[in-house]
Amino acid sequence: MPAFKDLFKGKQKYVTVKPASIQTEQPDGLWTKCTQCGQLTYTRELAHNLLVCHKCGFHFRLAARQRLAITLDEESFTEFDSDLASADPIGFPGYAVKMDKTRQATGLEEAVVTGYGTMGGYPVMIGVMDFSFIGASMGSVVGEKVARLFERAARQRVPVVMFCASGGARMQEGVLSLMQMAKTSAACARLSETGVLYVSVLTNPTTAGVFASFASLGDIVIAEPGALIGFAGQRVIEETIRQKLPPGFQSAEFVLEHGMIDMIVERRDMKKTLVSLLTLHERRQEVG
Amino acid sequence: MIGLTLDFERPLVELEKRIEELRNFSTEKEIDLSEEIATLEKKAEMLRREIFDNLTPWQRVQIARHPRRPTTLDYIGLIFDEFIELHGDRAFRDDGAMVGGIASLAGRPVTVVGTQKGRDTKENLARNFGMPHPEGYRKALRLMKQAEKFRRPVVSFVDVVGAYPGVEAEERGQGAIIARNIAEMTRLATCVVVVITGEGGSGGALAIGVGDRLLMLENAYFSVISPEGCAAILWKDGSKAQEASEVLKLTAADMKRLGIADEILPEPLGAAHKDREAMARTIREALISSMDELSGIPPRRLVERRYARLRRIGEFVTREAAQHDLAEAASGGGEAVRAVGPGSSKGEANA
Repeated sequence: MPAFKDLFKGKQKYVTVKPASIQTEQPDGLWTKCTQCGQLTYTRELAHNLLVCHKCGFHFRLAARQRLAITLDEESFTEFDSDLASADPIGFPGYAVKMDKTRQATGLEEAVVTGYGTMGGYPVMIGVMDFSFIGASMGSVVGEKVARLFERAARQRVPVVMFCASGGARMQEGVLSLMQMAKTSAACARLSETGVLYVSVLTNPTTAGVFASFASLGDIVIAEPGALIGFAGQRVIEETIRQKLPPGFQSAEFVLEHGMIDMIVERRDMKKTLVSLLTLHERRQEVG
Repeated sequence: MIGLTLDFERPLVELEKRIEELRNFSTEKEIDLSEEIATLEKKAEMLRREIFDNLTPWQRVQIARHPRRPTTLDYIGLIFDEFIELHGDRAFRDDGAMVGGIASLAGRPVTVVGTQKGRDTKENLARNFGMPHPEGYRKALRLMKQAEKFRRPVVSFVDVVGAYPGVEAEERGQGAIIARNIAEMTRLATCVVVVITGEGGSGGALAIGVGDRLLMLENAYFSVISPEGCAAILWKDGSKAQEASEVLKLTAADMKRLGIADEILPEPLGAAHKDREAMARTIREALISSMDELSGIPPRRLVERRYARLRRIGEFVTREAAQHDLAEAASGGGEAVRAVGPGSSKGEANA
């Protein structure tokens, strides 16, 4: 077997992310206003605080690359399946144009980035969804990349860490996106039978079809503080019950209280927590 | 709320009314109008064919939601020789929007689950218009696991606008239980035949909709979002559901074309509610032939087949496909990464 690093020699399709990149991908402007408390923070300082408001603790959304940068060991990331791109399977009005625009605006090919890396030295299969890409909705490509990640993890017996965020299934691919719920859940259920750890991290927001599939299927389910987590849309619920929803409904704290997740972990403690879990699930020689 | 007569059926209904009037008139006045009546009946028959041979997606959605459309329990009564209903999720309560039990299909014991709409307002209130809460899905899962234990095939009837979107449903984990059901159904070591009889509404349908064979009634639909919901997002106007139903590609024929449904079950002329016995016979025959086909397959193989079946759903393109293939070949077989540690060097194949 060749040395681990040699496997990637001369492959330009793999991207390496440095932690420093979070500093440069900030929203324009010197100051950023907190969505929750309105506090103005020097943008560089906010980035330094992992995009968490100093005053109220509000967790801003992270781009997929930013998340990888603060989660993985430096220069350890190798991307998978970056060449998969959405078709327009049902010829949905405006979809092709929307995809082109989104690709340009975000610099992403799709709503999830998947790959391999190390975290505190432990190998992990990692997936990160990016809400800026059509609400991180799940179409055929997202489903395929996630399913392949679970399959790789099963074959290579490497734990999976999935940072979820999504508005749900991608309407523009019709029933094919609905069926990605089944495809990803199937891959996840199969991984589960191999005894390989899967940790799901729910970030703001994780809802609908993604929440009702692989996001909920982690052996351990973690959420970031304040994240919106739920199945049905709040407007739909309000129309159904003809009442305003109470504040805090479908928040990370709400789903923790109702027993849907294992814990809430602040962004600055996330890597540490994940590494602890990886350590506790380290496979012993005698077991394998 | 839609009435018993759908808009596009109105000309037909009016014609039928005129025939009826003529008939009454002829009996009352003792005048022979049989020739006129026969002509009109012929016309009605042609009109009926014309309407039902050319249904638009939106018309099919309306038929799927018709208040007289046979429900799961109606079909169960007509299809199976015997049915023992079982109740409860063993955790919270018995959800009337989900029914299930053990039945006999041409002498073969099967487990049946299905969403259940009410047949009138009172029953609809009791059954929450057929929209299950988490306990309903948990009940279905319990019965399916029981089927696996006793090696019974599962028949699942789907007719649901969606999982119930309510506060308590969220509190009790609607999303998590749907995920759980889907995941468990992909691994169930017994055959599962799914019949979408009316509405196949999104995750709430998929939560009892994963199987080895998917049968769809001719006027049933299956969709990622309701036409109303799609219209509200796309055009900020929920009343444009008709247009949305066209773009979503949600009919049985679409499902066959997209490789999601295996078989379309033709409905009697005028749709399932015009002749429920005939419809039930068609479903029964399709179920029996599905069971004949699937029951000989060992459970392990069934699960593998089911996995492969789900695994290939989706359409995408590969950029720089050629370069990618070269790179894969150079790295010596399919995988770019190998982890260090025990059990990592096995050369497993793809599913």
